[in-house]
Amino acid sequence: MMAFLKLLARNRLAAFGGILLLALVLLALITPLLPLLEPNATNPANRLQPPLSDGHWLGTDQLGRDILSRLLWGLRVSLAVGIAASLVAALIGSTIGLVAGYFGGRTDNTLMRGIDMLMAFPYILLALAIVAVLGPGLMNALYAIAIVNIPFFARNIRGATVSIAHREFVDAARLSGKGDLRILVSEILPNVLPVIVITLSTTVGWMILETAGLSFLGLGAQPPQADLGSMLGEGRRMIINAPHVATLPGLAIFLLVMSINLLGDGVRDALDPRLKSGALSRPAPMTRLRRRQHVKVDDVVRVPGQASALLEVDDLHTDFEVGRETYRAVNGVSFSLKPNECLGLVGESGSGKSVTALSLLGLVASPPGVISGGHVHFQGRDLLDLGIRELRRVRGNQVAYVFQDPLSTLHPLIKVGDQLIEALRTHQPLSRQAAHQRAVELLGQVRIPNPERRASQYPHELSGGMRQRVGIAMALANDPQLIIADEPTTALDVTVQAQILTLLKRLREAQGTSVLFITHDFGVVSQVCDRVAVMYAGRIVEVGPTQELLANPRHPYTRRLIDCVPRLGDPDHEPAAIPGLPPAANALPSGCAFADRCDLVEPRCREGEIALIASDGERQVRCIKPLANRTTTGAAHA
Amino acid sequence: MHLYVLRRLLMTVPVLLGLTVIVFLIMSLIPGDPALAILGSYATPENLARLRADLGLDLSLPQQYWVWLTNILQGDFGRSYHLNRPVLDEVLERFGATLILAGTSLALCVVIGAAAGIVSAVRQYGWADRIITLLVLIGISVPAFWLGMLMILLFAVELRWLPVSGMYSIYGGGDLPDLLRHLVLPAIALAVVAAGVIARLTRSNMLEVLRQDYIRTARAKGLDENRVILGHAFKVALVNLIPVIGVQAGFVIGGAVYIETVFQWPGIGRMLVNAISTRDILLVQGGVLVVAASYVLFNLCADLLQYWLDPRIKA
Amino acid sequence: MPEPLLDITGLTRTFGGGRSLLGIPKPGVHAVQRVDLQVARGETLGIVGESGCGKSTLARMLVGLDTPSGGEIRFAGEDLQAMRRLDRHALSRRIQYVFQDPLSSLNPRMRIRDILAAPLKHLRGLSGRALDARIAELLEVVNLRPEFVSRYPHEFSGGQAQRIGIARALAAEPDVLVLDEPVSALDVSVQAQVLKLLRRLKAEFDLTYLFISHDLSVVETISQRIAVMYFGRVVEEAPARRLFSQPAHPYTRLLLSSAPVPGGPPITAESTAAELPDPLDPPPGCAFAPRCPKARDACRQAPPPLEALSGGGHRAACLYPERGAWQASASTTATPGAS
Repeated sequence: MMAFLKLLARNRLAAFGGILLLALVLLALITPLLPLLEPNATNPANRLQPPLSDGHWLGTDQLGRDILSRLLWGLRVSLAVGIAASLVAALIGSTIGLVAGYFGGRTDNTLMRGIDMLMAFPYILLALAIVAVLGPGLMNALYAIAIVNIPFFARNIRGATVSIAHREFVDAARLSGKGDLRILVSEILPNVLPVIVITLSTTVGWMILETAGLSFLGLGAQPPQADLGSMLGEGRRMIINAPHVATLPGLAIFLLVMSINLLGDGVRDALDPRLKSGALSRPAPMTRLRRRQHVKVDDVVRVPGQASALLEVDDLHTDFEVGRETYRAVNGVSFSLKPNECLGLVGESGSGKSVTALSLLGLVASPPGVISGGHVHFQGRDLLDLGIRELRRVRGNQVAYVFQDPLSTLHPLIKVGDQLIEALRTHQPLSRQAAHQRAVELLGQVRIPNPERRASQYPHELSGGMRQRVGIAMALANDPQLIIADEPTTALDVTVQAQILTLLKRLREAQGTSVLFITHDFGVVSQVCDRVAVMYAGRIVEVGPTQELLANPRHPYTRRLIDCVPRLGDPDHEPAAIPGLPPAANALPSGCAFADRCDLVEPRCREGEIALIASDGERQVRCIKPLANRTTTGAAHA
Repeated sequence: MHLYVLRRLLMTVPVLLGLTVIVFLIMSLIPGDPALAILGSYATPENLARLRADLGLDLSLPQQYWVWLTNILQGDFGRSYHLNRPVLDEVLERFGATLILAGTSLALCVVIGAAAGIVSAVRQYGWADRIITLLVLIGISVPAFWLGMLMILLFAVELRWLPVSGMYSIYGGGDLPDLLRHLVLPAIALAVVAAGVIARLTRSNMLEVLRQDYIRTARAKGLDENRVILGHAFKVALVNLIPVIGVQAGFVIGGAVYIETVFQWPGIGRMLVNAISTRDILLVQGGVLVVAASYVLFNLCADLLQYWLDPRIKA
Repeated sequence: MPEPLLDITGLTRTFGGGRSLLGIPKPGVHAVQRVDLQVARGETLGIVGESGCGKSTLARMLVGLDTPSGGEIRFAGEDLQAMRRLDRHALSRRIQYVFQDPLSSLNPRMRIRDILAAPLKHLRGLSGRALDARIAELLEVVNLRPEFVSRYPHEFSGGQAQRIGIARALAAEPDVLVLDEPVSALDVSVQAQVLKLLRRLKAEFDLTYLFISHDLSVVETISQRIAVMYFGRVVEEAPARRLFSQPAHPYTRLLLSSAPVPGGPPITAESTAAELPDPLDPPPGCAFAPRCPKARDACRQAPPPLEALSGGGHRAACLYPERGAWQASASTTATPGAS
């Protein structure tokens, strides 16, 4: 609760709205205590006095009544009616929504058809019809507005309830012996409450406006009782001669509704978890680059006997800036990739492997991502220094991506053929016809049966494996020199994964493309990669040729990670767990990031940064005491 | 594929029927004896009984509904005793005027709202975004009827650029330019609120879409930013916007009630308000029914449009 | 086999179906079809299959989150549906469930104390000091610190959250735990921790496990017996070691040869882009026949029954089962770098 208020106060507009609203509410509350003129006392001799006239600060109306006094009394009425109507609508609507959303099926159908019927009427029309039946009057206007707003609550709350009711914790509560009512009240309601509050705070203003509207039309408050709307309605006839009679109550309504809306927006922002995580800020076309001074830990270690590299990443740093915290996702990564080589980047979640991959072409969402240092040399240029125009010429052309989940990474409303055509025509001067032909060829190349027909289908009409083939075809479209594959088979079943891996291997052999392959799976690595780099806490801790590294890991983390993996056909190998968790990316320790979990740790490990050193052959390791070969395992562990 | 269209069309029938039931029930709930109301001081017991029989008031409620429904389906909405004219004639004439006003407003608010929303999202936290956000806030907080009055004061009374009220000039009017001159102020006043709502939703929708993985894919392909925003992001945002436009159409028609009163526009909203104050029940009934039915049909069109744009919707 | 603790016969679950308003029969999805399985007390039965094979639906029916359309499940001779009708809580006291996604199975707005208290209160009738003592005990059992009780789920890592999920299941003092992909959402290092915990708990509390996973290697390390599911049916069932050394069903062989092993032999993949059959319009015969290199006409007539093969408790639903050792299983020692 305190956190919520703090969040609200930090939002200046909302705070302003809150203060204004508080002032208006206070004013309405103390109105009876103020030394005001009687609001309904007429004085025809004194009619239509302009504002600031004697004894009447805001002048008088057509019957000589004091406008200031009427304004304040009217404010009381408008506030009370608006809030009462909102609460009634919220209570009934939310109950309907909760019940319909939770029980689903026939209950849901019946309730929601009823709500749909209410929604079938244009908003105010239904209120008019209700007032026509009940007769004009303030209470009737209140009922009408409340009824008309029930559908908004019912629909919003039902939507929120449905999404909660299918969450696993509801099943879990059921298995814990809770009954329906208990689940509804103790499990679902607390999760839906923010939605109710948001809906309420964003509709109160609207409801006050609408009640004022009915009064304006003469269907709400009846004389002598007055709310702001009926004052406005009465003043309308004198708009040309005495504009203040109508404009002042209008201004009061406007200020009241605006203060509520400002506060309501603040409440919504404070309660919406997506805003906290920055999920509603627009990512820029390329990741922001703001090079800071980093202490360089690694010298540029060149792999011995290395030919000219296709890609050279040098001391790459990528941070996420969330609030005041800086999360160092990538913390000085250097590696190089030869032409026609496949390098695997392996690590657990949060190790920075995907962020590294996305940083290369500035695709890390920004905000909150910032590339804070390093160089990405590709064909003699530093990709990080390119402007967005030049960078775009590289993206999808010389360097292409294959992403993890093909359902969310393909555009849902564009036919797969057209998505391919778009990729082709962005970088090649092809006619639509020629591009279409090429697109179908590409689909055939990734072994999609019946490519002509598939080209005119949408992503949701394809299976997961087929979609990923489309993703690969799209990456191949412009014959890239480098493909960056970010967990391309993680979302797939094992038999489909086998097909995709085989396809990737074959394509690489046929086209000579280099591949940077990001994965968490050592099994997949050993199938497709020539070399592997293992990442931990934003750094590469070990690099080497795949089979050598898997057989004889040099870094304790690599060794233990490999030992964690259950091996198929070897049931006696009991996976050994690594105790503890990786360090948080906003509080990296000095020295070796693995030190706290390592059973070979020494005081030296925590003193200063540890560089990636060449160990043997083409291998490098970030450890002051690299492990020896497996045959001497016992000795190393002793 | 076309099953959805068929089903959606079929689903409209019970909704329309339900509308008639609700309207009928609401009207039959009105306290007091309509026969007495009509006859007023001529009410003798014989007269009353005869009129009751004429009006079918001696039948059971379902029977009354059935008679009423068959009449309506034949276009017989009864006569407005106040105007002494068939209800349908009056309603259709007034509805035409409302359609001109509300249609113009809806077009305005969709175009302006969507454009403002896109600009606001693309320039998030920039100057344009701040100004639009402020305007949107004012737009959704201002009472439309008050705004209408202020506009009359400024543009019609002070500056004398545009006519104060009405649909046509009383003398020598009646052509299209005349109509347009009369249309400007009420159409804008009516569009302000809905434009604000649409701008807001477009903005948040665009921001949400721009975060999606497929936008990253579009960028990874090397597409230029305009294409990413309009060709990829807005395409999805638009599909999400269509139901909102459907709802906003309801608000615009509702808002027309105020604006027509302020600008003396001879539309159905003003007719309804007058009919309610004169207790001209048949006129209210006919007006509500026609407007609600056309709103249902409008939403049907919106749904079909969305279906056409979004291949994921399947029957 | 002595009397099984869980006896599943002819279990079927169809989604949708029925008739439309006009009386036209609507197609139904056969999520689970005629599954027969027995689980002995103290055993771990692994259930393996790819997405859409019906393994999760099967699991949900076992704990009463879903109701079978046909067939029956008996727990120690007692019909599960009858048991549920008599006492809503009876089933939950005997069979509990551990969810796949540890975070979404914990209510984000409830403290750990309240999450763990629910089964203790409603299923075991504990309250007051006994309740608190039992919560502390449960946390200790799953290696979590006692002060965690007053925290909210988002303060935990995936592995810790899964331990809480396990503690909640244990709170009901069940005989059987149905574990639905309990480690799939976890990183390998955490996965190993949780597997180790599960092994220990099983011995400590004399539990019977149904361990459901898509990951063959995980299932292999923890199960005594394994059933392979494909398209709603059990296609093969055997003791773990036997299944991996002499898989009989072509689908099992395909699964095994598709799984990449670190440092293992190259995987093999089907030559054509094979897909699952349309669940609304399943083929009349063996569902695997369209992908099967050895399918003959007889395979496409009727679904082959799950029949016992020669050796101890090995059953396969295949007319032409493979015989003999699986070629890659020779390298069980998995010498890294063998390829």
